[in-house]
Amino acid sequence: VSLHNPEIKLESLKEDIKDFLKTSGWEKKLQNAVYSELNVFPSPCHPAAPPEHMKEPLAYMRKAQGSWEKRILKSLNSMCTELSIPLAQKRPASEQKELLNKWNEMGTDEPDLSLFRPVYAPKDFLEVLMNLRNPNYENGEQPSFRNHLGLIQVPLKVKDIVELKEDFSELGLNIGQLGIDDSAQVPPEFFENEHIHVGQKVLAEQDSAAAQQYVRQGCPTALRADLWALILNISNQPEDILYYEQLKSNVIQHDLLVDSLIYKDVKLTASNDDYYFVFEDYLYQVLLCFSRDTSVLEHFTYSSATPPKSYIQGKLGMEEYAVFYPPNVNYNSFMLSVAPLCFLYHEPSKLYQIFREMYVRFFFRLHSISSHPSGIVSLCLLFETLLQTHLPQLFYHLREIGAQPLRISFKWMVRAFSGYLATDQLLLLWDRILGYNSLEILAVLAAAVFAFRAVNLMEVTSLAAAEAVLADLSTLKVMPLLQIFLFATVT
Amino acid sequence: FRIMAGKVKWVTDIEKSVLINNFEKRGWIQVAENEDWNFYWMSVQTIRNVFSVETGYRLSDDQIVNHFPNHYELTRKDLMVKNIKRYRKELEKEGSPLAEKDENGKYIYLDFVPVTFMLPADYNLFVEEFRKNPSSTWIMKPCGKAQGKGIFLINKLSQIKKWSRDSKTSSFVCQSSKEAYVISLYINNPLLIGGKKFDLRLYVLVSTYRPLRCYMYKLGFCRFCTVKYTPSTSELDNMFVHLTNVAIQKHGDDYNHIHGGKWTVSNLRLYLESTRGKEVTNKLFDEIHWIIVQSLKAVAPVMNNDKHCFECYGYDIIIDDKLKPWLIEVNASPSLTSSTANDRILKYNLINDTLNIAVPNGEIPDCKWNKSPPKEVLGNYEVLYDEEMAQSDGPDRDLRSRSGQSTGVKGNRARDSGKPVLTTWK
Repeated sequence: VSLHNPEIKLESLKEDIKDFLKTSGWEKKLQNAVYSELNVFPSPCHPAAPPEHMKEPLAYMRKAQGSWEKRILKSLNSMCTELSIPLAQKRPASEQKELLNKWNEMGTDEPDLSLFRPVYAPKDFLEVLMNLRNPNYENGEQPSFRNHLGLIQVPLKVKDIVELKEDFSELGLNIGQLGIDDSAQVPPEFFENEHIHVGQKVLAEQDSAAAQQYVRQGCPTALRADLWALILNISNQPEDILYYEQLKSNVIQHDLLVDSLIYKDVKLTASNDDYYFVFEDYLYQVLLCFSRDTSVLEHFTYSSATPPKSYIQGKLGMEEYAVFYPPNVNYNSFMLSVAPLCFLYHEPSKLYQIFREMYVRFFFRLHSISSHPSGIVSLCLLFETLLQTHLPQLFYHLREIGAQPLRISFKWMVRAFSGYLATDQLLLLWDRILGYNSLEILAVLAAAVFAFRAVNLMEVTSLAAAEAVLADLSTLKVMPLLQIFLFATVT
Repeated sequence: FRIMAGKVKWVTDIEKSVLINNFEKRGWIQVAENEDWNFYWMSVQTIRNVFSVETGYRLSDDQIVNHFPNHYELTRKDLMVKNIKRYRKELEKEGSPLAEKDENGKYIYLDFVPVTFMLPADYNLFVEEFRKNPSSTWIMKPCGKAQGKGIFLINKLSQIKKWSRDSKTSSFVCQSSKEAYVISLYINNPLLIGGKKFDLRLYVLVSTYRPLRCYMYKLGFCRFCTVKYTPSTSELDNMFVHLTNVAIQKHGDDYNHIHGGKWTVSNLRLYLESTRGKEVTNKLFDEIHWIIVQSLKAVAPVMNNDKHCFECYGYDIIIDDKLKPWLIEVNASPSLTSSTANDRILKYNLINDTLNIAVPNGEIPDCKWNKSPPKEVLGNYEVLYDEEMAQSDGPDRDLRSRSGQSTGVKGNRARDSGKPVLTTWK
């Protein structure tokens, strides 16, 4: 099919082009691209609203995010001064060569990382969130059952179970799910075979919107990599591979302070993880490139965050020597959101792009302060509200013994449960994140876990004991937990 | 089927907590070797003595041991290969479709052991094979050792001169079986994950060889090398690159004591299904089960099927980058040492499930029982092959493979290779 056709008439040109787009598959690609953008674009707001309002409509949230970023940058700078290491510097040629040679096995490196400390721990971030206050809101009342007993004290709107049931209707009891209806006891003819068949069709059609709808019921393992790529609109074109190679050469050429922080975090976390240790080397590659990827800056038009910027030593003020630091410089959480992807993609540039897209669509919201329904503040509030509403006795008991539930569940949500669930369960959970284009399911799962272990939790008498009851989530099956909590719990 | 009063009396000469804890939790009583015992978990040295002609040990009906008397037919590298070769030739002679060969003369269904020769006995045959492919790498393994001891790689004939039978300078006193070596074609294209080589350790319990009844433990694991794999000849001496034995890897700089370089088989399955697809993954696991069963069938005719015996083997399998599994060796005494916390739990459960099958109800055994435990006691074991079931053309117990959760054992097949029907796992 081609438009290089002398028979094409001017009168029918419009129709001919439309047909051409259809038959060549370009129409689908354009649709997918538009659909993809729609997922990321904020909803339209008032034409007179200034750009900061588009990013984040609440002034006090913007301010809080700004202070948080300043604090991080200050911490970074003081680490640099203490250790006499610049934030960024060019590598000498010999070092560049060495790094290039061991690009595929950076895990065997043993740099001295003892002096580096993580810039912040999840609980530091939680403290900041706990102290958020809306200055326009009269909050003189003592926390009580009539308002809110939890740690988050800002009046954001979060959904209740009725709304969640509607939103997550495809998780209902009458609807087949992977993670439940594909277990060994269920004959595959009931659901699994047909579901796989539909999935193959969706992939054949290359339809992003259909894929997003489809994965709400879970992805068959063999189809997951392609389905996620379709939803995220990643196709690994030659220009994408080239872009990745450019990032890689930036890494080789310049040494950033954050590199050491990345090493340290990966070494501390992934290298010791039962599932992810195998992929340690991929994690370095992806994260080192990511920290130099200025195209990620584009997404900040959708976020209230403004990333700290620095300049290569000696080139202050020269834009081409600028490097930026993503808002979450605690790579601990970062790294755990890359690791599960290594189970799906083993080609580095594709792995990189999938991760980057997951980051700018979802995961960045876990690390910045905003009023967005999928932002970490809302998730925390949603979790606490669900628990307080549906398990009030448990909530009260835990609070009384000094074990505010959020103190335990925060680390799960901020890492999207990575490193806590078994990998196959985590992937089933992330299927739904993609399917519903929202992180709210993380809060629902956190509440469901507490509900599941409620009996044991009612018996504990300290925070440490509560932590112990909830220390090991690796045997949990997420879909039954979610289904029971949303659809089978008497409220 | 009687119920005898009294607790099981146990002895062991392997001081491992995963064993002892299991005995104690059943309320069994520890006794000494020279006393009346019902259950003896022995090391391989001890089993030699128990069944040796000189000692004239006679086991009574209420005594069970954890090894078959001549397990070495399967667990010595040279004998295993010998038995498999013999088995293949027999099948070929009787015209069995299993022994079918392809246009290059390779067995289609039974080519699962890398080309292997005994040294010094087959030295000349080896040289002939080596010369066909002079750039190949071969792995030398002492027949009688374990844990990676004494293994080295060669890629030049000169490196094994001293095993040459004609060598005038050969000072080998290796007439004793301890010094015998096998040399196998080295699989230099192993499947890599995260750039690293790994092998599979699978546990297989055999309760009887004739009829063959064996169980596969669902929770096997992969053992990763800590160092990036490279086939480069300059690294042939670096055992951290090539040998996955934990006993070796443990001493590497990067050995990690939390996960011990181990992955569960279900992780492997998840990874392969996600990156390669379900069909090829199922095929791989089916083939793995196939080669285990074939290896057992190969030694079944020569095994002393003593009714007092059961055995839990550690199978070592390597997968190459074409997703073909290769049987490397079978261990009679798989390590019960735990290198990590997870390991300890796994081995504890392994022994627990093994004892539940071998010593039903934890009671004093009666060797006359039919060795057919009910399904409920299998724990993490799955029936791998039950010859009796297969021959009675019983209902197909189809345990379908499920992604991420099980090893996909195909259960009993209603056809036996003895019949002139092509046995496939699908």
